[in-house]
Amino acid sequence: MFKRSDQDNRLSVQIFVDGAAVAARQGDTVSAALLASGRDVRRATAVSGAPRLPYCMMGVCFDCLVTIDGVGNRQGCLVPVADGMQIEIQKGKREIGK
Amino acid sequence: MTTTPKRDSYDVVVIGAGPAGLAASATTAQAGLSTLLLDENAGPGGQVWRAIASTPVTAPEQLGADYWAGADLVKEAQASGAEIIQRATVWSLDRRLEIAVSSGGASAFVTARRVILATGALERPFPIPGWTLPGVMTAGAAQTMLKSSGLVPDGRTVIAGQGPLLWLLAAQILRLGGRIDCILDTTERGNYFAALPYALDFVTSPYFAKGLAMMREVKAKARVVTGVSELVASGEGQLASVTYAARGHRETIPADLLLLHQGVVPNVNLAMAAGVEHHWDDRQLCWSPLTDADGNTSVVGIAIAGDGAGIGGAAVAVLRGRIAARAAVESLAPAAIAKLDAENVVRTALAQAERGRSFLDVLFRPAPQFRIPSGNTIVCRCEEVTAQDVLDSVAIGATGPNQLKAYRRTGMGPCQGRLCGLTVTELMAQARGKCPQEIGYYRLRAPVKPITLAELAAGPKTEDDVKAVVRG
Repeated sequence: MFKRSDQDNRLSVQIFVDGAAVAARQGDTVSAALLASGRDVRRATAVSGAPRLPYCMMGVCFDCLVTIDGVGNRQGCLVPVADGMQIEIQKGKREIGK
Repeated sequence: MTTTPKRDSYDVVVIGAGPAGLAASATTAQAGLSTLLLDENAGPGGQVWRAIASTPVTAPEQLGADYWAGADLVKEAQASGAEIIQRATVWSLDRRLEIAVSSGGASAFVTARRVILATGALERPFPIPGWTLPGVMTAGAAQTMLKSSGLVPDGRTVIAGQGPLLWLLAAQILRLGGRIDCILDTTERGNYFAALPYALDFVTSPYFAKGLAMMREVKAKARVVTGVSELVASGEGQLASVTYAARGHRETIPADLLLLHQGVVPNVNLAMAAGVEHHWDDRQLCWSPLTDADGNTSVVGIAIAGDGAGIGGAAVAVLRGRIAARAAVESLAPAAIAKLDAENVVRTALAQAERGRSFLDVLFRPAPQFRIPSGNTIVCRCEEVTAQDVLDSVAIGATGPNQLKAYRRTGMGPCQGRLCGLTVTELMAQARGKCPQEIGYYRLRAPVKPITLAELAAGPKTEDDVKAVVRG
């Protein structure tokens, strides 16, 4: 869906998406890194389980909700990636303890 | 980088580090007032100058001169002495000017003598059939990814809607080597005639030449269909195609990505939760706060600057930020007013910058069928409530958006009405034969962004507070 610009020479950052290593760039938000990864990163809604991807990328729509380092319901579009960050695609409601 | 405010109280707290917030905080800090600037994003700039300090898209002509115009203001704010905290989400503001802000997983509480809200705008909801499918995003979302991460569409891409941002985004995508298969222009024919009386102001404003050049640049490289009066996104769990109708013909285009845009509207959640009085703006078709010429609202001590006080664009936002800041200096440190630019200079510049806006408002007034959906089209994305659900609730007695919450939970999901509020107001107004002002809006309350119970519980509390809830 998206590709990186040739002139992007930011440092690489390794994150893990559902356990798999993914190369992101320093300054990417979690949502941007997920969309750039080419992987299927659709979450499932809490109400009906419908698949969704980020819609607004600016913190208002909450369609980017994702589990980051064990904490659920984070807005992926507002959180910058960090080396070693563990991301889980959230399927349905936030789970107790996450 | 700081994550917690250094003090408990400030002369001025500015919320939002876009054009208005940067200008306001720089101005009050330069006048010697203790100033705190809080912003939700990773870096300053707001949406229009997003990632200005970190974008990988460094060739200046690609993002354009209007983008890089923000660099000086960012430097000015950083050198002004204002305390600036990024990744800080304000979740409460009240009439006593007490502010709760979440940052780094913990909340801090500060008070201000004056608050300047510069929470800007968000894109108007574009509730067409299929707008919740993965692969459908806003044009602003694509622009955010382009600016902050140098990402451009490379699959089959359709851009649909209207307004200046849509053409700017298309130009930027093409300059960066991205792909656009088709642009579906939804501007209504009649709007061109309706906008004529405002045309003179527009053609003599800076918007005109810039807009024309950009549209010419895009039209030379991408297919453009005008007069689009119907839009449907289709696919099973993922966008597969976009169907449109234009002037009697209908076509289905295979697509991986659909970018929607029909203008921006004030981001009112924090102001409304603070009790600021708003009214329905019939020209911009949105809620706008009632403000005086300095941006002061109905709540003493709270001013609003920038697009949050009605859409005017970045140049206008900077000047409104300066004006609101000047008013704060006048009331808190009148002796320092001499340090600031003369008032008439700023007001003259504002009048100049506002020229041409009426033309844009009328020309790009979104069509009713793209604001007021019907049938199974989703209105509330969070709670997955359709237009028919809303109409059914009206039929059995729901009178306005607040009652509708009890019927259908619209507006009660995490986005707190940001993506459904305008649609619900207009849909209910139409169904009940009333005007939006009579129908009203959701009653918004803190926290205006979700926070965890643990974060709330960790806040400061007196012995009496504890006694009130603990037994024994």
